[in-house]
Amino acid sequence: MNTRPTSPGPAATRNPRSPLDLFVTFSILALQGFGGVLAVAQRELVDRKGWLSREQFLEAYAVAQLLPGPNVVNLSLMLGDRFFGWRGAFAALAGMLLAPLLIVISLAASYNVLSDQPMVAGALRGMGAVAAGLMIAMALKLSVTLRSNPMGLLPCALIAITTIVLVAVFRMSLVWVVPGLGLSGWILARWFIMRQRKAT
Amino acid sequence: MTEVFVLSDFPEFFLRFLALSLLSIGGAMSTAPEMHRYLVGERGWLADGEFTTAIALAQAAPGPNVLFVPVLGYQVAGLTGAGAALIGILLPSTLLSLAVSRWGSRRRETLAVRAFTAGLAPMTIGLLMTAGWILALPFLGDAEHRWSALTLIALTVIVMFRTRLGPIWLIAAGAAVGAMGWI
Repeated sequence: MNTRPTSPGPAATRNPRSPLDLFVTFSILALQGFGGVLAVAQRELVDRKGWLSREQFLEAYAVAQLLPGPNVVNLSLMLGDRFFGWRGAFAALAGMLLAPLLIVISLAASYNVLSDQPMVAGALRGMGAVAAGLMIAMALKLSVTLRSNPMGLLPCALIAITTIVLVAVFRMSLVWVVPGLGLSGWILARWFIMRQRKAT
Repeated sequence: MTEVFVLSDFPEFFLRFLALSLLSIGGAMSTAPEMHRYLVGERGWLADGEFTTAIALAQAAPGPNVLFVPVLGYQVAGLTGAGAALIGILLPSTLLSLAVSRWGSRRRETLAVRAFTAGLAPMTIGLLMTAGWILALPFLGDAEHRWSALTLIALTVIVMFRTRLGPIWLIAAGAAVGAMGWI
């Protein structure tokens, strides 16, 4: 496990020295990640530390995205595991979560005390509205990637709208929605990809 | 009114988050609608506004977005709730990630895996849209703040599309505008 990942691409020049090095690096990058850690992770791990090439980073992120769980958390786990096995995975995960967790829980605790203050309540309301906007913007931006989806735009839109209707309108549980729509999507995508392959 | 969390609710609470972990394809945020359904709708432990506050706090603080989950746990059942929610949402997905990552990423170009990524993408986007809708809900029901909040939401979307501004600046601006009593 003590080897660097061996996919092509230059510029992975260095290795972390120890699990502690991983822990400290991931703590520092997590603490800079306001509203998302991914961009910071790319800059720290690829551009500044040189632990991964750009290609290796993208590859790891693609796999992290495919799996359930928070993407950047999966990413930190997988990188830690590649360098130092279980110890590395744990060190990277702890680095990613520990310091931000302490901060956010202290915020939550003091919010319960301060929430009577109209200014604090107002600030939180404003932040809540921005949070809603950020989420909607992210979903809209990601939906652009559906253009290159092998299923084509119409089936994709149908699946997305069905998801929204089932979850937002009928309040259906994800326990049914994810396996149900996920399996239908998988079968549909498989059929479209096979058809494309036959056509070419 | 919100309901009281009692100790005997604890095992079921933890199990729910364990199950949600395996459903969180596309990130923990895609399970926000389900958490809302469970914590606010089904059990009534949290009010709509408290749910949105948890997500706003996690967005305002540095670190991965998944930290809104322990904040929700904290609001429901204090530090124990925070710990249970965080461990629950991470443990299954973490073990699965490690296993799959070790099994190898060489099969990424195979039909089954490509169909998996392509087939799940539209559903993931639908779930994220729903999460945005649920975050906006408390403002829609609040006649006093409805239009100012909707304007702020729309402005945020526009800025996210038109500029490269970091989200932290938008969150800070939202806090400032809110603190001045405009929202």
